[in-house]
Amino acid sequence: MSDKSQRIGEIIAAHAHREGPLLPILHDIQHEFGCVDAETEVLLAKGLNLTRADIHGVVSFYHDYTPEADPRPVVQICRAEACKANGVERLIGAAEAAAGKRVKISTVYCLGLCSAGPAARTGDDLHIRLDEKAITKLIENA
Amino acid sequence: MTIVKISDDALARAGGADKLAKAFEAKGCEVHRTSSWGMHWLEPMVEIDGKGFGPATLDDVDAILDGSSDKGIGVIEDFAWIASQTRLTFARAGKTRPLSLEDYAANGGWKGLERARSMDGEQVCKEVLDSGLRGRGGAGFPTGIKWETVRKAAGPKKYIVCNADEGDSGTFADRMAMEGDPFQLIEGMAIAGAAVGADQGYIYVRSEYPDAIRKLNAALELCEDKIAPFKCEVRVGAGAYVCGEETSLLNSLEGKRGEVRAKPPLPALEGFMGKPTVVNNVLTLMAVPHILQEGGAADYAAKGIGRSKGTMPIQLAGNIKYGGLYEAPFGLTLGELVNDIGGGTFTGKPVKAVQVGGPLGAYIHPDQFNLAFGYEEFAGEDALIGHAGVTVFDDSADMGEMARFAMEFCAAESCGKCTPCRIGAVRGVEVIDRIRTGGRQRDVLELRPQMHNTTKDKGREAAEEVGLLTDLCETMKFGSLCALGGFTPYPVMSALKHWPQDFFGESEVPAEAAE
Repeated sequence: MSDKSQRIGEIIAAHAHREGPLLPILHDIQHEFGCVDAETEVLLAKGLNLTRADIHGVVSFYHDYTPEADPRPVVQICRAEACKANGVERLIGAAEAAAGKRVKISTVYCLGLCSAGPAARTGDDLHIRLDEKAITKLIENA
Repeated sequence: MTIVKISDDALARAGGADKLAKAFEAKGCEVHRTSSWGMHWLEPMVEIDGKGFGPATLDDVDAILDGSSDKGIGVIEDFAWIASQTRLTFARAGKTRPLSLEDYAANGGWKGLERARSMDGEQVCKEVLDSGLRGRGGAGFPTGIKWETVRKAAGPKKYIVCNADEGDSGTFADRMAMEGDPFQLIEGMAIAGAAVGADQGYIYVRSEYPDAIRKLNAALELCEDKIAPFKCEVRVGAGAYVCGEETSLLNSLEGKRGEVRAKPPLPALEGFMGKPTVVNNVLTLMAVPHILQEGGAADYAAKGIGRSKGTMPIQLAGNIKYGGLYEAPFGLTLGELVNDIGGGTFTGKPVKAVQVGGPLGAYIHPDQFNLAFGYEEFAGEDALIGHAGVTVFDDSADMGEMARFAMEFCAAESCGKCTPCRIGAVRGVEVIDRIRTGGRQRDVLELRPQMHNTTKDKGREAAEEVGLLTDLCETMKFGSLCALGGFTPYPVMSALKHWPQDFFGESEVPAEAAE
């Protein structure tokens, strides 16, 4: 048994007592391996006695699970209404220029910081009242 | 030793509250990390002896301590923005440390639960019904009736599920409540459990709220004995907006795709794992501990207007000068909220539009600012209060673009189960694009002689495209399974109605669209 399949077995075992354990399991896997890939889906199907189609259906439904790991740092920029009202769209050009190929810019719809937008998230850190200078700095330090 | 209060709310932390707290500690102060007062334009705010200073930076530390700071707002409780509120759900906001059981108990905590447990379930449901409390997630269904339905449903296994998937842009009251007063939410859930006979609760929190998840987990560990035999667990969402819809949330909780279920059966009878389930929004459950205190229900019912009873934590967001959390009885007008309390736009430009109720709420024109804040009052104007998020736009906003975004958002977040939403949203983006570019020309295929059903002489004009959009919106409104597809027409059609020039350009607004 490979390390990965053993580790996935452990994660399944840790959540098996829960009612509806699949999402907590997928969160742990995404967190640890940076993705939920096809190989993992097979292992999960076996471990949870579900079909691979069931697992793939769930994995592909949610934005938080990705099929491939991306080693780049991620900056999530909120582009929902409240941040649009505060001009986030005018920052996207500068953000993309600063990110280049090194940083991944992803869109998120609402971080709950709507009174002090534009807002962004890196890991578990949140950032508010961003202007062009602040967002460029944020991405350069990501 | 000087006691300094600094919030550890996510917004304050994003503004640099952690560094500020360290700086005060380095000066020998005792720093208490409390919940936030909700005055977000002042965050991070520093409180010493009841007086507030903000927005504070590291450069202000010395001046605040020696009393020479010019960022003072005086005694916070007397500050007009706070003094004019009626805080029931957010009674402890700014005053207590979120994870201190001691602070919670010393400020009225657990009284509702203790009283509820001394009563029988039917009485508890009746008090909630009498209070007039309606679901704060947006639909406004009477909470007492929902609880009574679950109470009467066949047991023994029943569930309490808290919907904390606050995905609407412009709303943050759930986040603040969970971060600032997690015990109050847990108390509300335990009361619901006692009322309907459920011993297991789940809080479904969106993954975009890491601070709330951390605090709820910590709080549940701390108060495990207090709420026993009721048990509760935090579940984390996975970035799907539609999971804020209750049946989709239940599917997600069960570990399935977050697809909407057809109703009936109602979740109250066949919810989580097919068992009777109370699904309530965070603010609904947070209102319950106050209601269950002695005389609480009557006090709650005495506030508000018409069938909108009690208080609503209103969130002032977007391009607004004094943004934050403003809890008040129903009945304030939108104009009072935006102009008097919110101070108009942050940029100082005129208000162009206000969206109330998140991405599915109508765009309201300043001409309608005398609209009173209440469920029926808004519904009468083809608008909704939703989760009471108020997002303000200044005159630089392009409402045609916002209407397009509403459709684009619906397309991105549709669960895919029903056709009007899944396909309608995609077609909606296309139609709006065509309106904005002046209609469409016939394509190569349509011009072929074999296609004898197509007119060859001219394309479709923008005005005809408006007819298509109106039809499409009707179909989505009445044909979608849930509010995502069903309410997306509200922002689209309201934007088209009030700001047709943003779709067509000043010169060529067709007469029927401008009506």
